Amino acid sequence: MRNEYLRLDRIEGPFVVLSEVSDAAYDEIVELYADNGQSGRKGRVVLLDEDKAVVQVFGSTTGLSSINTSVRFTGKPLTIPLSKEILGRTFNGIGEAIDGGGAVYSPSRGDINGRPVNPVARQYPRNFIQTGISSIDLLLTLIRGQKLPIFSGNGLPHNELAVQIVRQARIASEEGSDFAIVFAAMGVRHDEADFFIRSFEESGVLERVVMYINLADDPIVERITTPRCALTAAEYLAFEHGMHILVILTDMTSYCEALREISASREEVPSRKGYPGYLYSDLASLYERAGMMKGRKGSITQIPILTMPNDDITHPVPDLTGYITEGQIVLSRDIYQNNIYPPVDVLPSLSRLMKDGIGKGYTREDHPDLANQIFSTYSRVREVRDLAQVIGEDSLSDTDARYLEFGRQFEERLIKQGFNENRDITQTLDLGWHLLSIMPQEELDRISPEIYRKYGRK
Amino acid sequence: MAENKGIISMINGPVIRGRNMRAFRMREMVMVGKDRLIGEVISIDGDKATIQVYEETEGLKIGEEIISTGRPLSLRLGPGIIGSIFDGIERPLDAINRMSPGYLPKGIGLISIDEEKEWEVSLLVSTGQKLGPGQVFGQVQETGSVMHRLMVPPGISGTVVSVVPDGRYDLNQVLVVLRDDNGREVPLKMMQEWPVRTPRPVMKRKPIDRPLITGQRILDMFFPIAKGGTAAIPGGFGTGKTMTQHQLAKWSDADIIVYVGCGERGNEMTEVLEDFPALIDPRTKRSLMERTVLIANTSNMPVAAREASIYTGITLAEYYRDMGYHVAIMADSTSRWAEALREISGRLEEMPAEEGYPAYLPTRLAEFYERAGMVETLNGQEGSVTIIGAVSPPGGDFSEPVTQNTKRFVGAFLALDRRLAHARHFPAINWLSSYSGYMDRLADWYKENAASDVVDLRAQALRLLHEETKLLEIVKLVGEDVLPDDQRLILEIARLLKNGFMSQNAYHSEDTYVPLSKQYLMLKTISHLYSRAYKAVRKGIPISRIRDDKLFDRILRMKYTIPNDDLSGFDGINREIDRFYDELDAVYA
Repeated sequence: MRNEYLRLDRIEGPFVVLSEVSDAAYDEIVELYADNGQSGRKGRVVLLDEDKAVVQVFGSTTGLSSINTSVRFTGKPLTIPLSKEILGRTFNGIGEAIDGGGAVYSPSRGDINGRPVNPVARQYPRNFIQTGISSIDLLLTLIRGQKLPIFSGNGLPHNELAVQIVRQARIASEEGSDFAIVFAAMGVRHDEADFFIRSFEESGVLERVVMYINLADDPIVERITTPRCALTAAEYLAFEHGMHILVILTDMTSYCEALREISASREEVPSRKGYPGYLYSDLASLYERAGMMKGRKGSITQIPILTMPNDDITHPVPDLTGYITEGQIVLSRDIYQNNIYPPVDVLPSLSRLMKDGIGKGYTREDHPDLANQIFSTYSRVREVRDLAQVIGEDSLSDTDARYLEFGRQFEERLIKQGFNENRDITQTLDLGWHLLSIMPQEELDRISPEIYRKYGRK
Repeated sequence: MAENKGIISMINGPVIRGRNMRAFRMREMVMVGKDRLIGEVISIDGDKATIQVYEETEGLKIGEEIISTGRPLSLRLGPGIIGSIFDGIERPLDAINRMSPGYLPKGIGLISIDEEKEWEVSLLVSTGQKLGPGQVFGQVQETGSVMHRLMVPPGISGTVVSVVPDGRYDLNQVLVVLRDDNGREVPLKMMQEWPVRTPRPVMKRKPIDRPLITGQRILDMFFPIAKGGTAAIPGGFGTGKTMTQHQLAKWSDADIIVYVGCGERGNEMTEVLEDFPALIDPRTKRSLMERTVLIANTSNMPVAAREASIYTGITLAEYYRDMGYHVAIMADSTSRWAEALREISGRLEEMPAEEGYPAYLPTRLAEFYERAGMVETLNGQEGSVTIIGAVSPPGGDFSEPVTQNTKRFVGAFLALDRRLAHARHFPAINWLSSYSGYMDRLADWYKENAASDVVDLRAQALRLLHEETKLLEIVKLVGEDVLPDDQRLILEIARLLKNGFMSQNAYHSEDTYVPLSKQYLMLKTISHLYSRAYKAVRKGIPISRIRDDKLFDRILRMKYTIPNDDLSGFDGINREIDRFYDELDAVYA
C-alpha cells in the first residue's frame, strides 16, 4: 500500500491538494517534506473526494512546490504525548516542545480532538472555589469544574484578573489533592505571554504549569489546535491522575478569527460577520471539555478570556461563548476609567453554577439572599443614576439618594480591590451586609425575614 | 432483495457522498464504514447519494462501504422509554455508559430501548375480538405514574386469533396474533417502530380548550400556554431560558414530559438527571423522573444527530399521546437545531437565504410546531402534545430568522428580557412584548375552574403595567415626585405586581410552584388594594399616607408567608387592607 506521494496538484494558502490518493482517512495527519531541507511540516486531511485529498498544512506552505514535496500519510489523527512529565513544560500549538527541553516520550498519546463526555457520566459541579476577589466570590461564585469566561476589551486588565485568580484560587481545597494549571495562548502578543510566564514564576507555580503557546505571529492553522492540545493535557491530568486543573484559554477572539480565516479560504458559506456556521459547535467542542466525571477524582475548571471587538457583547464570539459557558465575568471600560480594579460589571455578569454551590453547607446560609439583594439594589442604582443625570442629585428623594450612596460605596469598597489583596469569603459577606445597611429595610425585598434578623444591620 | 452496498466517494465533516447507490431510498437509514456509523440519505443524484452521518467521521476512508437498512430513521417504541435518557437517535446513554464508561465511544451501533428486559403485561383482549389501528390490547405499569398502553400499530387491523396469558415477557415476545382481512397473520409485540419524520396519525384534531397549568404565575395568569398548543421562549444568553424550561418540565400538569436538550450544555442534562428523581410531582406524589424522558444531544455531540433529536422527541411525545396522555415537550434550544440544519446545508453547498440559513427553514419549523395539538386518538381517547421551544437569538436580537419564523407558527410568545435578568427579576419574561394567543379560547376554562372574575383581573393588571411603562418615560425625565397622586399609585401597584406577583423564586420551596387558587387570590388581593387605595386618592388623601410601608411590605411577601396548602392567610391580609383604609378614611372624613 502506497502512503507516500510526490506530487501536489494545487497549493493555496494553508491548503495543498493531492490526487490519486488511496486509503487516506478523514482527519488524519500527514507529514510533508520539501527538498530544501525544511522538514517535519505537518498537515491534516480536511476533505476527501474520490482520489483527491485536501490537506491543511500547519505552519506555512512557503517553499512548497508541486514537484519538490513528498507527503506521507500517517494513518493517525493528531496526537500529543501524555505523561506527568509535561508539567512545567512549554509546547507549541501542535504539541511539540519549544522550551529546549527535548521531546516528551511517553507510551500514552492522546487524540487532541478528545471525545464528548457522556452526559450520564458527568458529575454536577458543586464545590465553591474561593478566589479571594469579592466581586467574584460574592456575586459570580466560581465552582470547581465550571467554565467561566472573562469578557473583556482591549486594554482592560483581564490578564491581571486571570493571574490574580490563578494566584489566589484555592482550586484544591482538600488535603493531599493535587492541582495544576494548563495555559493555552492563542494569538496573544509576546509581552502578554511574558506577563503570564513571569507571574507564574513569581507565584512559584511554574513547575505546575503546562503551556501551549501560539503567539500572534505564529501560524494560524496551529491556533486551531492549540486549545485542543491544552485540553487534552488537562483531561489527562484531571481524569487519569485525579488532579484539579485550572485551564486558562486566551484569547478566544483570536482563535475565532483564525477559524474564520481558514473557513474563508475554504470558500465555505459564511454566517454572521463572516464567521463559519459551525462556530457554535466548534466553540462547544472546546468549552464542553470542562467539568467533572463520576467516579473520577479530578476536575477541569476553565477560564477562557476573550476580547470583545469594540466592546460589543453581541458580537458573535462573546455571544456564542455566553450561550455555551456557565456564565461570564464582564469587564467594563466605564468602571475601569473610574480607577476601579478589577472593573467587573456585575449586572451583565453571571455564574450559572453558583446557585448550587453557595449557601448553607457550602459558603454561608445568608449568601444566596445577600447576593440576590445586592444585584437587585445595584440594578436600581443604575436607574437612579440615569435619573440623577437629568434632574440633578439634589432633587432626588431620600430613598433614591441612599441608592446613589450605596452604589458609590459598593463600587469603591466591594468591587475595588488591590491586585495583591486576598479577601476570604466571610470578610466579603460581612462587607456586603455592611453596605446594605445604607438602605432602609423596606427596600430589601429579596432577603427573607429570618436571614435579616440574623445578619442584617448589626 | 440483495443487500445494497454503496462505496464512500467523498468525506466532508458530517456529510459524505457515496456511489453505487441507485437502490438507496431518500431518507433511508444507512450504516457507514467499518465502524458502522449511523447515517441518513439526504439527497440522491444518479447513482450518487449524499448522507448525513450522526457520529464523528474522523478516521473514515474513501472506498469503505455504505450498507442499506431498507427503512427510514425510526424509533423503537415500547416500555422502557420513561425515566431514561437517550441521545438524538434514541440510543440509551446510560447503557452506553455501562458499556464504555466516561466518554462516548465511536461506532456505538444501532441500539435502542432494552429489548431483553421483562415486563409484567396484562392482556386486555380475547380471541375472536376485532381490533383496529391504535386500539389497546394490553398494558404494562411502566413507572409508578405511567401506565403504558400497548396499542395496535397504525395501519393494522384484524381479528385476534391468539393471545398469551398475563405474565412477564420481553419486548420481542409475540403477545397477540391478528388475522387481517386478507387472511394474513400479523404478530403484535410490546414494541413497534415508527419513522421519526412522519407524524403519527390521529382520528381528528380537537379545538384547544384548556391551559397547561405550570404553577408559574406570569404564565398561568397572564400568558397561558394551552394543552395542545405551542409556545416559544426566546432570550439572549443568561436570561433564563433553560431555567424557565426546567421549571415547566418540573411543574406543568402534563402526564408525560419529553425534554430535549438540543445543542446545550452537558451539565444541564446532568442537573436534570440529578434533580428530577428527587423532586415530587405535586399531582401524583411520585418522583418527577417517573413521567420524564430526556433526549440529550449536548453541544459537543455530533451535529447531525442534533437535527434528528427534535424529531425523536416529538415522535416519543406522539406515541404517548396516542395512549391518551397529555404530553408536553420542551425543546432547548430550537436555534441549535436550526443551526445544525444550516451547517448541513452549507456543506451541501445549497443556496443560503437569510443569515446563511437554508430557504426551507420556515417549512421545517412549521412542520415541527404543527405536530402539536389536542386530538382524538385512533382509539377514541383524548390526548395532546404541547410544544414549548426555546429560541436563542444571536445577540438577543429578536429580528433574526429563527425567532421571526418561529413567531409565525407558535401561539404563545414568551420574550425573555436581558434588562430584567440583569436585575435578577425571574422569570425574566417581558410583560409588554410577550403574548398568548390562547387567552380568548381559554377564558371559559378560567371562569369555570379558577374564578369568574379572573379574566377581568388579568386585564386590569396588564392595563396597569402598560400604564406604568408610559409613566416611567415621564419619570425618567422629571422624577417621580411631580406626578399626580393617582399616577404615583399606579407606579406603586405596578411595582407590587412586578416584585410581589410576577417575579417568582424557583429556589424557594413554597414559591417554585404555586397552585392556581393561590395565584388568583394574590392577584385579587393586589386588585383589592388598588381599588381601596384608588378611592382614597380620589378623596384627596396624599399618597404618602396611602402607601403604607408595612401594609405594602406584607402584600409583597405574601408569596412566601402564605403556604400553598393553607390559603386562609389571604382573608387576614384583605381584612388588614380594609381596616387600614377604613381608618384612613375616618381621619380624612
